[in-house]
Amino acid sequence: MSSHDERLSAVKKDYLVNLAKKGKRLDGRGPDEYRPITIEKHLIKNAEGSAKVTIGNTMVMAGVKLDVGEPYPDTPEEGAMTTSAELPPIASPTFETGPPREDAIELARVVDRGIRESKFIKLDQLCITPGEEVWIVFIDLHVLDYDGNLFDACSLAASAALQDAIIPGERLGKGENRPLPLGSPPISCTFAKYADFIVVDPRLEEDEVAEARHTIALDENGDLRAMQKGLTGSFTVEEIKNNIKRAQIHAKNIRKLLEE
Amino acid sequence: MLIKDGIRMDGRKPDELRPIKIEAGVLHRAQGSCYLEWGGNRVMAAVYGPREAIPRHIQHPLKAVINARYNMVPFSVSDRKRPGPDRRSVEISKVTSEALEHVVFTGLFPRTMIDVCIEVLGAEAGTRCAGLTAAAVALADAGIPMRDLPVACAAGKIDGTVVLDLAGDEDCEGEADMPIAIAPRTEEILLMQMDGHMTYQEFEEALELALKGCREVSKLQKEALLRKYETKNEVAP
Repeated sequence: MSSHDERLSAVKKDYLVNLAKKGKRLDGRGPDEYRPITIEKHLIKNAEGSAKVTIGNTMVMAGVKLDVGEPYPDTPEEGAMTTSAELPPIASPTFETGPPREDAIELARVVDRGIRESKFIKLDQLCITPGEEVWIVFIDLHVLDYDGNLFDACSLAASAALQDAIIPGERLGKGENRPLPLGSPPISCTFAKYADFIVVDPRLEEDEVAEARHTIALDENGDLRAMQKGLTGSFTVEEIKNNIKRAQIHAKNIRKLLEE
Repeated sequence: MLIKDGIRMDGRKPDELRPIKIEAGVLHRAQGSCYLEWGGNRVMAAVYGPREAIPRHIQHPLKAVINARYNMVPFSVSDRKRPGPDRRSVEISKVTSEALEHVVFTGLFPRTMIDVCIEVLGAEAGTRCAGLTAAAVALADAGIPMRDLPVACAAGKIDGTVVLDLAGDEDCEGEADMPIAIAPRTEEILLMQMDGHMTYQEFEEALELALKGCREVSKLQKEALLRKYETKNEVAP
């Protein structure tokens, strides 16, 4: 980041901090308000499942592909999943080409953990021949427009694309096509903290000034399945607890969007 | 059998395009953008710049550098593609950059680069034409001064018949494919590639068809740009 960006960021931060002192946000939202969310499924013919999710101006496309591969030695009767994220230069003037860097890797791994730990994909039903052949589920997240909160947008897009996905038995000569066996999706809620103010669903400017970030993935009972605290700032124990309680309320509403 | 009694597998006549939908200005961060559906192709294009050319050694003292990057996302094709550039996409990026550079008034922005991102989200034959067509709309949407709005379309040969705009199986099993891009006002050729086998006569026929296709797509590009401003007027206070 150049010194010019840092100065700009300091000015921006002052402005956001002054608003925060009055309990206000840049776009007039309260600290506990999400931007509008849209989910569109089944957009890409060659993908086994696909979905486009927008949260405000943030736009993410998720695609699911399946392939036949070898199981891991310790789980010979289970399929496998992998999640990758790309932050391509189409989505922001600050994104660059090249292999995924730490930001993209963290993003992919947090999304992966939510899905894996909630047992959303029933991997035990993805065995073809024990110890030899299983289905491998590839989840690819492609960010198209970055206006903050990629964690929630990517998590939601991944879940929606999985809901849309089929097992392509016919294409790969492994029996009939059938829906991907799924449980209940994880719902991810992300908070950003700046100047002792904690907001849900940070937009770009809030992401940029954030000192700490907290992502929480919840299952259908509101139980925790994955969490990630990011950035250099800190949260108090009270703040963490409070974030989780706030997330439980948000998750219920967001879950309804996935069930539609 | 790809064509029977003059009708193709998807019901099209030899000189018919697949359905095309173009939308300008769909992304928030980019200076200009375009979403395009062309048959089974789904393409998002965006423009950033002119901005300082980095690394420095690519700067040109007298003009802007056009840096188009064609990228297929892993789930765009039937067998998952490994993320990142391969030799094919490097080549397509290069010919697309060169085609676009011809129409942009690059002399107005010395030492800068104009980045054109082309993301192929879904692929079904003819992605480079879809990508270039979308990139042109994104450049116009970004307000980049251009002498023309480039447009691309392919023609080829299936079962011995010259046809416009090859789709899916026609591309895999056809005998020839020839994508072109033109500056529609002068009909100069900005890009031309060909593979397969065509006689000279078939080539002439294919070129004529591709030009006809380009003219039709060009209309849709302009309509998409106009539509963006129409909606803007309606929501203005």
